[in-house]
Amino acid sequence: MLVIGAGVVGAACAYACTAAGLTVTVVDRGAIAGGTTSAGEGNILVSDKEPGPELDLALLSSRLWQDISADLDARCLEYESKGGVVVAGSAATATGLRALTAGQRAVGVDAVDLDQDELFQLEPNISRDVVGGALYRQDAQVHPMLATVHLLRRARQAGAVVRTGTTVVAFLRDRQGAVIGVKTDPADEFYARWVINAAGTWAGQVAELAGAPVPVLPRRGFVLVTEPLPRVVRHKVYTAEYLANVASDDAGLETSVVVEGTKSGTVLIGASRERVGFDRTFSLPVLRRLATQAIGVFPFLEKVSLLRSYLGFRPYCPDHLPVIGPDPRVPGLVHACGHEGAGIGLAAATGHVIAQLLTDQRPAVDLTPLRPHRFEEAAR
Amino acid sequence: MITFSFDGKHIEAEPGQTVGAALIAAGHRSWRLTRKDGKARGIFCGIGVCFDCLATISGGPNQRACLTEVRPGDVVETQEGAGHGDLAC
Repeated sequence: MLVIGAGVVGAACAYACTAAGLTVTVVDRGAIAGGTTSAGEGNILVSDKEPGPELDLALLSSRLWQDISADLDARCLEYESKGGVVVAGSAATATGLRALTAGQRAVGVDAVDLDQDELFQLEPNISRDVVGGALYRQDAQVHPMLATVHLLRRARQAGAVVRTGTTVVAFLRDRQGAVIGVKTDPADEFYARWVINAAGTWAGQVAELAGAPVPVLPRRGFVLVTEPLPRVVRHKVYTAEYLANVASDDAGLETSVVVEGTKSGTVLIGASRERVGFDRTFSLPVLRRLATQAIGVFPFLEKVSLLRSYLGFRPYCPDHLPVIGPDPRVPGLVHACGHEGAGIGLAAATGHVIAQLLTDQRPAVDLTPLRPHRFEEAAR
Repeated sequence: MITFSFDGKHIEAEPGQTVGAALIAAGHRSWRLTRKDGKARGIFCGIGVCFDCLATISGGPNQRACLTEVRPGDVVETQEGAGHGDLAC
């Protein structure tokens, strides 16, 4: 098989497929983990998903990341099963959050409702204005680039070939139109029984090139990075408003704060969401809003310096679900894309089910809602 | 001459001198302990680039001693790790 994209999803596909005995080549027009994967936060979350196909995938992924970190050494990946804490700023939000946790518990999420005192115990530096929240022990964190590199390291040990700086310029086809490989620049040809589209935010362009469009679009997100600090934030902490924003269809700027410490001591502050295409312009108003919201949750941040910020493009589909599975319009083409802001977390399960599909096993989760051609069906 | 304190010691400085220059002139070579191994650090580049000479100056951690001008009465303290120890939890 051939994987287009050496980001975390492509790497997880290569990892799982080599383990399943397949011969794997990975190509990327840039560097390993140089695109979509390079600009995220490393979230492995079950907390931010409502019961449904994405949560099924997230629960599977949460287990698989534990296995991967045991296989590759958690320290190499900076994998931390630190847990997530969601906070509610008002009684109404707290009520909504309790309804969400009840539904999540019913499908296997470890979600514990917290009152104010319990919250202060878990996060001593949190604002005294929060009224309640929830603890999610399954939420974890990983360093996205390190995870990608080490997944590919293991895949290479199992025989995979990784070719960076190699852009796919055309699909090779047999007489029936099935994909049998790709043509690249620098000029080369790679033949494969399956071609996996794991091109992140650019997966829509790869799908277009294959003549099987999937609507993967960029959603811009900024992340702020503070100066190194001692451990000041214990979990992945975010406001319940984040949940509403992830599912929103609003094209304008949305911000809802996510705060977390890292192994290196810096604190990361996300997450804004804007639909502005691939515009990389720095935006002070967005950063200011994120910082203000972060100070609202952790007042001590007011006296902490920011070192820098970065931005990335989250690959989203109109229904906010990823695209995973073979494309019936173009035999031989398999998609593994459209994970929006959850790509790091969902990568492990995505690789796993792709390997199951390609070895004729029944996928561990039902992929019907994630089928690539669902958008055309809806348009009909 | 103006005066400031460093870890409780009385130090004199020329007006306009940086904290780093005044400390070196007074015979001190280090005023930070690294985050992981607690190793001593002081002036390295001396021009604000390397962030090695960070100190806690009048309560504010992570200030570059090589760029920060001494103010009369400043309280300079050896910084342990990333500073902000009061927030650690």
